[in-house]
Amino acid sequence: MGFANSQNKIIRWVEYRLPVLKWLDAQLIDYPTPKNLNYWWNFGSLAGVMLVVQIVTGIVLAMHYMPHGDYAFDSVEHIMRDVSWGWLLRYLHSNGGSMFFAVVYIHIFRGLYYGSYKAPREILWWFGLIILFLMMMTAFLGYVLPWGQMSFWAATVITSMFSAIPWVGDELVVWLWGGYSVDSPTLTRFYSLHYLFPFLIVGVVFVHLWALHVHGSNSPLGIDIKRPDQDKIPFHPYYTVKDLFGMMVMFFILAVFVFYLPNMLGEVINYEKANPLVTPPHIVPEWYFLPFYAILRAVPDKLGGVIAMGASISIFFVLPWLDVSKVRSAKFRPIYRQFFWIFLGDCIVLGIVGANPPEGTWLLMGRLATAYYFLHLLVIIPLIGKFEKPRPVPEGIGEPVLKDAGAPAKEG
Amino acid sequence: MGVPRVALFLAAAIGLAVALAGAALAGVARAAEEVELKEHDWAHAGVFSSFDPAQLRRGFQVYTEVCAVCHSMQYLAFRNLMEIGFSEDEVKELAADYVVIDGPDNEGEMFERDARPSDYFPSPFPNENAARYANNGAFPLDLSLIIKAREDGLDYVYSLLTGFEEEPPEGFELPEDFELADGMYFNRYFPGHQIAMPQPLYDDFVEYEDGTVASIDQMSEDVTVFLDWIAEPKSDERKKIGLRVLIFLAVFSALMYAVKVHVWSKLH
Amino acid sequence: MAESVSSDASTDGAEGETRRDFLYLAAGAMGVAAVAGIAWPLFDQMNPSADVLALASAEIDLSPIELGQRVTAKWRGKPVFIDHRGPEVIEKARDVEVEDLPDPEPDAARVQKPEWLILVGICTHLGCVPFGQKDSDPRGDYGGWFCPCHGSHYDTSGRIRKGPAPRNLEVPEYIFLDDTTIRIG
Repeated sequence: MGFANSQNKIIRWVEYRLPVLKWLDAQLIDYPTPKNLNYWWNFGSLAGVMLVVQIVTGIVLAMHYMPHGDYAFDSVEHIMRDVSWGWLLRYLHSNGGSMFFAVVYIHIFRGLYYGSYKAPREILWWFGLIILFLMMMTAFLGYVLPWGQMSFWAATVITSMFSAIPWVGDELVVWLWGGYSVDSPTLTRFYSLHYLFPFLIVGVVFVHLWALHVHGSNSPLGIDIKRPDQDKIPFHPYYTVKDLFGMMVMFFILAVFVFYLPNMLGEVINYEKANPLVTPPHIVPEWYFLPFYAILRAVPDKLGGVIAMGASISIFFVLPWLDVSKVRSAKFRPIYRQFFWIFLGDCIVLGIVGANPPEGTWLLMGRLATAYYFLHLLVIIPLIGKFEKPRPVPEGIGEPVLKDAGAPAKEG
Repeated sequence: MGVPRVALFLAAAIGLAVALAGAALAGVARAAEEVELKEHDWAHAGVFSSFDPAQLRRGFQVYTEVCAVCHSMQYLAFRNLMEIGFSEDEVKELAADYVVIDGPDNEGEMFERDARPSDYFPSPFPNENAARYANNGAFPLDLSLIIKAREDGLDYVYSLLTGFEEEPPEGFELPEDFELADGMYFNRYFPGHQIAMPQPLYDDFVEYEDGTVASIDQMSEDVTVFLDWIAEPKSDERKKIGLRVLIFLAVFSALMYAVKVHVWSKLH
Repeated sequence: MAESVSSDASTDGAEGETRRDFLYLAAGAMGVAAVAGIAWPLFDQMNPSADVLALASAEIDLSPIELGQRVTAKWRGKPVFIDHRGPEVIEKARDVEVEDLPDPEPDAARVQKPEWLILVGICTHLGCVPFGQKDSDPRGDYGGWFCPCHGSHYDTSGRIRKGPAPRNLEVPEYIFLDDTTIRIG
């Protein structure tokens, strides 16, 4: 493949000065990719697609939205009622956020299952976590913008967490608010940052891809590929068509939500305008924050809860060193594989707990699930890494398992 | 490789989405436990169905003749009525029955004039404080979004409108220390069972132009459907376009799958 | 990579090639349709929204405007000049050699009723709003309007007479609903 070898004079003139086509060829067309990637490897590119969807719909929504306490709610209704296709753009954006998180969470759990965070991909993993962190910030800021009841009270609850910081907490919160409560100045600055952060994400995504392309994709076997001529195939057309297929399936699911269940993932009370004098009876975050919300509430101490919630994500930065096993893929790790599914179940339990009031059984479940969450990451994973006996790992893709180091590799 | 894998992948993706959505809804379902709402059969709410203009007209009549005495509808412009089958002249005539405040004029004074199609439906009260003052401290909510702002909005509003009774009926489980306060009315479906709004609808309260019998049930259903329409006037359009988009994407997905299989078949 | 990527021709028969061509063409066509389908809402959302369109025409009551009075109304975000012209003013507007004008147009073509001159109050040069609505304003050498930005003089029919403006002041589309009410737009 490759346009870079074109004989066209203009292309050659540009290529000589800025070999952009050569670079694209290397990164997107000829880029060697393990030939055995399964469908779980679609989710990285799907996340990239969702980022583009969010930025494009967001930019056009910003042409009609007004970030002021007196006008924000009305301007959203103006978008829904009067702007041509406004309802479509808004529902794409609000449900697109959920789709983005769903895709990214699957992408992360795929990495956890196949050991994609291990050497030499630690920095790749870090930048992925930074993207997740920026996404969470962006989603939270964006949720405030419609200025409904849940927007307002979510903003109040989350920003109040900063008051847990010793000594400067209260002053910090006033600084964040630009006043003595969440109000119009808060909304306006949240809007500014909500517009900025996605572009930071784009920047970090490029670093994420750069790091990815240094050693290439991990694979379901989790092995270092020693014979790329046999085991790797060019990205185009194989993975471009596979990703396009995955993209269509994703758009189908997104369309089901946008056109037929547009408010299912939202809170009804957000269709009531923000009222600083009335708190809704149940304050619940969007579904993608529920597990973290459960962890926050599981700890009886204010500062402790905030720290636990922060730790639940930041702990993943050191995961490559907590997991000492040299084998990447859970395919060859019989014990880890079982604990992986238990951990996934634990996260779902945390999500369900997060949607319920912190009382009685729910509180107890939340505490147990939170304890297990940290137990898994801090204790179980290192112990498995140390004591588990992995199954033998094949030398290459489609080759018999390497029984012992001296076994001859098959001629290809 | 092949179909079973894809099926598994799809099942997993959808399963996860449903599980997560279910988790989010679990909390909400609990909030609405108290009294079970009436489950009404809403003919317009299906995937393939749409609003009945005659019913919307009746619902609008109930709103203007009954609800509008206290409840505003700030997102309803007179021109919107053309979307539910009113002609331009009808809308002009209807708007002219209402008075809106405009101005300032050349002398700096605000003045009243007849409403035009581009105007919004005037509120019965100039602001929230005035509304509270006139209603014994209670605030009659704006109704533009009420169906979307309540869990099971259609059933809730319908149940509420048909849920008034003189006295709590025998055997109805009331919260402890329940006492109907002065100026409050019993309603089976309102949270806490006492509401500041008196029963708004009685049989034959309005006279329908199309001859439909104006029973409490009929008026409640009509006005609820009208409220559903004004909560999202574009929902019929959304459902109609959605069907085309889904068919298109289903075909495109299948085609891309065939392309994918074909491309990969070259790989030995 | 070499082993796995064989050229189509060597592996596929003619039938395979037809199938391939059909698949690629169909996918490409659907892709184009999808892109167009997404592009249209993204483009169309910048058009005037329903509430703006609802204000695209304005009804103006002329009855309070006295003879000789000039009034400014706002329509589509622009000033509209309404001039209730007296007989001498009308006479002055008619008493010109039409062919000698920079933008030749008889007064009769610019009014529906001679006593009511309706104009979009925007200078055709570079979009300023000309003076002349108030009695104290400078009205230029021809008693109509005078644009202060670059010195265009308009006459009592709103026609350009002197200065850089290329065309006469625009007459908006309007109809008389009755003797004293017009609808613009």
